[in-house]
Amino acid sequence: MSHHKEIHGLFGDEEVLLKSAKQLVAKGIHIKDVFSPFPIHGIDPVIGVPRTRLHIAGFIYGACGLGLALFMFWFLLIMDWPMNIGGKPNFSLMDNLPAFIPITFEMTVWCAAHGMAVTYLLRNGTYPGKKNWNPDPRTTDDKFLMLIDVEENHGMDVEEIKSILKQTGVEEISEK
Amino acid sequence: MEYKVKSSTKRITLGLVLLGVLAVVYGILTHIPGQRIWANVLVNSYFFLGISVIGTLWMAIQYVAEAGWSSGLKRVPEAMAQFIPFAGIMLILVVIGGHPSLHWHHIYHWMDPALTDPTSDHFDEIIAGKSAYLNFPFFLARILAYVGVWFAFTLFFRKASLAEDAAGGLTYYKKSLGLGAVFLIFYAVTSSTSAWDITMSIDTHWFSTLFGWYNFATFWVSGIAMMAMITVYLKRSGYMQHINEEHLHDLGKFMFAFTIFWAYLWFSQFMLIWYANIPEEVTYFMDRWENYAVPFGALPVVAFIIPFLLLMDRDAKRSMNMLTMAGVVIVFGHWLDVFVMVMPGALKDEWGFGPLELGMFLGFLGAFLFVTHSALSRASLVAKNHPFLDEAAHHHV
Repeated sequence: MSHHKEIHGLFGDEEVLLKSAKQLVAKGIHIKDVFSPFPIHGIDPVIGVPRTRLHIAGFIYGACGLGLALFMFWFLLIMDWPMNIGGKPNFSLMDNLPAFIPITFEMTVWCAAHGMAVTYLLRNGTYPGKKNWNPDPRTTDDKFLMLIDVEENHGMDVEEIKSILKQTGVEEISEK
Repeated sequence: MEYKVKSSTKRITLGLVLLGVLAVVYGILTHIPGQRIWANVLVNSYFFLGISVIGTLWMAIQYVAEAGWSSGLKRVPEAMAQFIPFAGIMLILVVIGGHPSLHWHHIYHWMDPALTDPTSDHFDEIIAGKSAYLNFPFFLARILAYVGVWFAFTLFFRKASLAEDAAGGLTYYKKSLGLGAVFLIFYAVTSSTSAWDITMSIDTHWFSTLFGWYNFATFWVSGIAMMAMITVYLKRSGYMQHINEEHLHDLGKFMFAFTIFWAYLWFSQFMLIWYANIPEEVTYFMDRWENYAVPFGALPVVAFIIPFLLLMDRDAKRSMNMLTMAGVVIVFGHWLDVFVMVMPGALKDEWGFGPLELGMFLGFLGAFLFVTHSALSRASLVAKNHPFLDEAAHHHV
């Protein structure tokens, strides 16, 4: 990965960062990312993070779990080894369906939850064994960092961005 | 912000009431048995009473939780609750009409004195055993108490809210908060007992311990759906512009969550009885399965699957069109739910779904909307001195 020149702006308060981000974006500066110890309410639309599609994946995982559960019941308890369920007619998935609903529900939730968790970790790059990359370890404590990629802001030099940033309540500016 | 009911809205809602009256006249002229007409009065009065009380319950919960986000739309549940006495009077008429000396109908067949008389051929030991609770004077007293006390709380909340509009300050809010807590306790008990009395006692031999919560879930979700639709209507008519997507989103979440909650209770009741297959319990569902297969089978689809899928997406909960669409499905689905609770015990296999049923539902709906809208027009649409109004304006999901 080629190294891009980056500007790091460190903030002590998330509200100040949010206000600063709004001012920068209004001046046409693209903010690559924000690092924070906790989610900052309302930052996503400001810095242009696209809406997550995780819920769509979740729905698909859930639907798979539902189908898997029904297939499992049909195969195990109807087709392969017909079970007498409370004296209800066997050899029929439909007639025994109410007995299967609780487990079908749990399979749906299980698949949706695990599928979403795994997808989230992979997509975020926070899966087990992944080497941590964090521009400043203080953002895991009480600081908030704004990362600007200079290459993404054609027509603006480093000093110009820095001078705009300086007017917005930033505590510390560094270049990497 | 004053709300003036459009004359077209007045005409349509009153037209629906007229349609309901015509449906009853049609029923009488075509010799539909009185029992079926009364059963329809019971279905609709119980359904719309339940929805109106949700208005009061909603206010009480918002007070006790000190919720801010909903303060901008609180006049809507306030107005909905004004329908309590109208639905209540219809319900009391049904109860009085069941008295054995009147013979208007026999929906509550436990009222027949022969059933509790040990010397009679019709003596029913089970019903006789329940007669300490299920007897006419006590029954009528309970129904009067439910309607009366629910409405008394409603009037108090309304009065305090209007006084707050005029005077401001925190006094009225604090008073409402305290009384809201009392109402929650009262409603927690009476929502269950009223469900036992009004619908469960129709199938007198049968009982279900979660019947009360299941009835509550029905009304809670349809009441909130109604509230969302009225809010959307007001917004569309150019009022309540301070209500934005964020507030609609929360109403949508309520509708979505309690759709699932209803399905959970409905299915829990059904599955346990179906699985255990004990004759005295399973007869309830046998009646429904054999004679009411279409409305009974439609329930999980109309009251659960369709609103569940419609409201699942985030954007759907923020869209006025989707909320209205899901709201219509929810309200109709839960009306059908009450229909399936009442009819099998009242009419056995001699039921029908025709102009009478549809007309009477629309008649009650028209009356409910007329009362709600005229109540809305009698006060400012914003509770302008509500202490949390500013919080509601900045609500962000």
